[in-house]
Amino acid sequence: MIAQNFRHALFCAFITLVISYPILGLNLEAQGISIKLTGAETQTYVGIALAVLIVFLFQLFRPAILGGLGRVKALNPLVDRQPMPQEKRIRFERVALVLIVLGAMFWPFIASRGAVDLATLVLIYIILGLGLNVVVGLAGLLDLGYVAFYAVGAYTFGLLSQYYGFSFWMSLPIGAVLAAAFGFVLGFPVLRLRGDYLAIVTLGFGEIIRILLNNLTDLTNGPDGIGGIPDPTLFGMEFGRRVKVEGNTSFHEVFNIPYDSTHKVIFLYLITLILAVFTLFIIRRLIRMPVGRSWEALREDEIAARSLGLSRTAVKLSAFTIGAFFAGFAGTIFASKQGFISPESFVFLESAIVLAIVVLGGMGSQLGVILAAIAVTILPELAREFSEYRMLVFGAAMVLMMVWRPQGLLPMTRVHINLKKQEAGVTDHA
Amino acid sequence: MLEVRDLSMRFGGLLAVDQVSLDVGEREIVSIIGPNGAGKTTVFNCISGFYRPTGGKITFKGRPIQGKPDYKISRMGMVRTFQHVRLFSKMTVVENLLVAQHRHLNTNLFSGLVKTPDYRKREEKSLERAAYWLERVGLMEMANRDAGNLAYGQQRRLEIARCMVTEPNVLMLDEPAAGLNPNETRELNELIVSLKEDYCVSVLLIEHDMSLVMGISDRINVINQGRPLASGTPEEIRSNDDVIKAYLGEE
Amino acid sequence: MHDVMYFLQQLINGLTVGSAYALIAIGYTMVYGIIGMINFAHGEIYMIGAYVSLIVITGLAVTSPAWIPLVLLVALICAIIVSSSMGWAVERIAYRPVRGQHRLIPLISAIGMSIFLQNYVHLAQGSRNIGFPLLIEGGISLGGGEDGTFQANLSYMQLTIFIVTLICMTGLSLFISRSKTGRACRAVSQDLKMSSLLGIDTNRIITATFVIGASLAAVAGLLLGMYYGSIDPLFGFIAGLKAFTAAVLGGIGSIPGAMLGGLVLGVAESFTSGYLSSEYKDVVSFGLLILILLFRPTGLLGKPEVEKI
Repeated sequence: MIAQNFRHALFCAFITLVISYPILGLNLEAQGISIKLTGAETQTYVGIALAVLIVFLFQLFRPAILGGLGRVKALNPLVDRQPMPQEKRIRFERVALVLIVLGAMFWPFIASRGAVDLATLVLIYIILGLGLNVVVGLAGLLDLGYVAFYAVGAYTFGLLSQYYGFSFWMSLPIGAVLAAAFGFVLGFPVLRLRGDYLAIVTLGFGEIIRILLNNLTDLTNGPDGIGGIPDPTLFGMEFGRRVKVEGNTSFHEVFNIPYDSTHKVIFLYLITLILAVFTLFIIRRLIRMPVGRSWEALREDEIAARSLGLSRTAVKLSAFTIGAFFAGFAGTIFASKQGFISPESFVFLESAIVLAIVVLGGMGSQLGVILAAIAVTILPELAREFSEYRMLVFGAAMVLMMVWRPQGLLPMTRVHINLKKQEAGVTDHA
Repeated sequence: MLEVRDLSMRFGGLLAVDQVSLDVGEREIVSIIGPNGAGKTTVFNCISGFYRPTGGKITFKGRPIQGKPDYKISRMGMVRTFQHVRLFSKMTVVENLLVAQHRHLNTNLFSGLVKTPDYRKREEKSLERAAYWLERVGLMEMANRDAGNLAYGQQRRLEIARCMVTEPNVLMLDEPAAGLNPNETRELNELIVSLKEDYCVSVLLIEHDMSLVMGISDRINVINQGRPLASGTPEEIRSNDDVIKAYLGEE
Repeated sequence: MHDVMYFLQQLINGLTVGSAYALIAIGYTMVYGIIGMINFAHGEIYMIGAYVSLIVITGLAVTSPAWIPLVLLVALICAIIVSSSMGWAVERIAYRPVRGQHRLIPLISAIGMSIFLQNYVHLAQGSRNIGFPLLIEGGISLGGGEDGTFQANLSYMQLTIFIVTLICMTGLSLFISRSKTGRACRAVSQDLKMSSLLGIDTNRIITATFVIGASLAAVAGLLLGMYYGSIDPLFGFIAGLKAFTAAVLGGIGSIPGAMLGGLVLGVAESFTSGYLSSEYKDVVSFGLLILILLFRPTGLLGKPEVEKI
């Protein structure tokens, strides 16, 4: 037994060395047209050696370590914690959501301009996360091309404003509806595919959209993107120093206050906040409606759901279309915030980030998604060094989450339904 | 109510069901029995629309249904349970029952979002129906538990309740007594009889528990190796030589 | 004559890339055949194979042409060792603990792994693409070229890709049909539970599948890296997607299907680049994938699956 353990530990250590040394320890460097191999810094070698040692020791004493960890309560305070009673959790979630929204309302008046701008981005990711949560968390459809619908929303606004001078408020519903239409048209044929095929097809679809945006140069201006996308207006009032569109007035002139560029940032933030709260509210209602329950039923057991008369296509399509709708929503806001869009912003990485938000937050849980969106967007900004490792950490976190806590950090709370007692006897039922 | 004529199902080279016919009349309990692997569940899958039969005719309420998708057949008023319980395990017990009643609910997105009076009324009605059936199968206390956390016997009962809230005309039960203890089997027996007597439901039953089958069936169909072997009242089946041979083996 | 030669050239290019796709596709198809999941990180394993072989080639820094075959052999062996270790580790860390859970869970774990490995190489080796020296130069003219007409060539590099692929495929077929592990592999892909009841160590077989798939991917990494002339950390993502398409095209789970699918896909792509525009070759292959899944989800050589209740 011990000898076997030792051999296994040695083997694992060796594998660790093999997969880390060549990639980390030997660096390829391009020098003109030739390439040179250079060694890494000493600390990298120390790191590799440490990793090998740790793997070796862990594998050698694995039973002891895993057994010991369970017993040490100080290390794991959750070890004998009872799960929170359902009603308390529902109340907790509601209070937390209200607090977050209240905090978000006061945020622009206490934070710096940069922080407000960042918060707008967080809100966009929250909308995306909540939307994808419908598709992945509730309906159980793995959509890896979610960014495509985000792009449809953004480009709809970009193109409409460029060619027809549409404003933000006109484009917002059009962008969302068009994204939903794309979702519907794509979803119709592919949703009868099995889960893993669906993932690949949506991934391919996302790539196709991006390639088309890059190559339909006449329409989309290709990799150069579309600029000059207008900001939102408030009842015809613009937030720039000078009025750009004829017939509009200027915010600072109407209220007779000095021009301040932060007004625009704050206004955009507040609009995004309203739309995020709107998204939250709508999806929250949907979850508690028949359609939301049928999403979950299909995720839990497709065959049983069909045997009860649910149409697989209709249910999946509704989830897919609604998810796409909110992505289009977020895309329009994003285009307005940036003022410039190009295919660069709609790569697979974005889909992966949104998926990470949904997975880390706890599939299905809205509070979880919101907290995860905040964490995932803000952490790289807080620690600049971290931003380089961001995707590495997300990837690792997704794996670890699936292995240890597939329900996510904050699993979904179920709705509590109070039933009135019925006379259990024979009634005029039939 | 349900007529099956010469039903056949072929998977590649294998003829799993060969020319099976059966009838289920109104307020009747009809059983399908046969040794393991005889093709009973395949017959169920064909009738409920999960498989597209390769031959034969199935008529339900006077309309041909063979080849129709499963969800449409279910909406016509014929629902089924499964040999291995299939619940929506991460949803609560009530939610399981609400999902089943989507046809009775107002599924219009807009009316749900603004909670129109019609939406509320129907939601209320389906909650009442859910409560009624939970009480009926003795799961009222469990209403807000996750269905996956119920004991096995409770899961079986929930599955039947979930079918009943759809207010079916024909209920198909695939080995409902499998894994139940004698006490639970007796309760199941009473429940099935009551479904027929009190709720005017016809029952099509696959079951291995002979005392249950013999006790409650109006008629029994025996299938062996995909082929119909015998059909008749429990008394007739009990004394049928072919059936005895199939069950006890050739002497 | 011009048209015929041009056509021939596109065909050769397509078959070259296609046979390399087939090598990667084997990994997808074998894993899918046995545990029914898409190993999303497989494209990254292939990319790592390409990096390791470039590192070895650069490190040996051989200039004399006589040593080139040896250098390539060493690079190939190193790439296979690292990639298969990676395949082993990935299976152990990300897939084995979640095996048998809800379908979505291993899938997300696989995507996480893919993102992780991409960034692992990105951080260690930089995100810029690096030139991969073409060590096998020269070729054979197949005709044309007179009076300014198009000249079709079969380069020695392309020839090498064909031959190496052929060797690998023959070796794999022999392994699957003759060896004890190969037979166990087939048994496990037929029925995992039954095989384990019959005393086959299914964990070992699953590991073996990952290792074999990763080794073939490493071979493809070296070949395609050199053929394309440059590599970067994202190099595996698209290639993985293509190889998966090839696997589905041929019928996922079927090894001859993966070979056929790879070749068909390679040729389709090459004709798109040659006659339409190279910008759209990815669109064509993804479009092909979607069409196949919709109209013939079992692929060209796959068997239909019967849904069980």
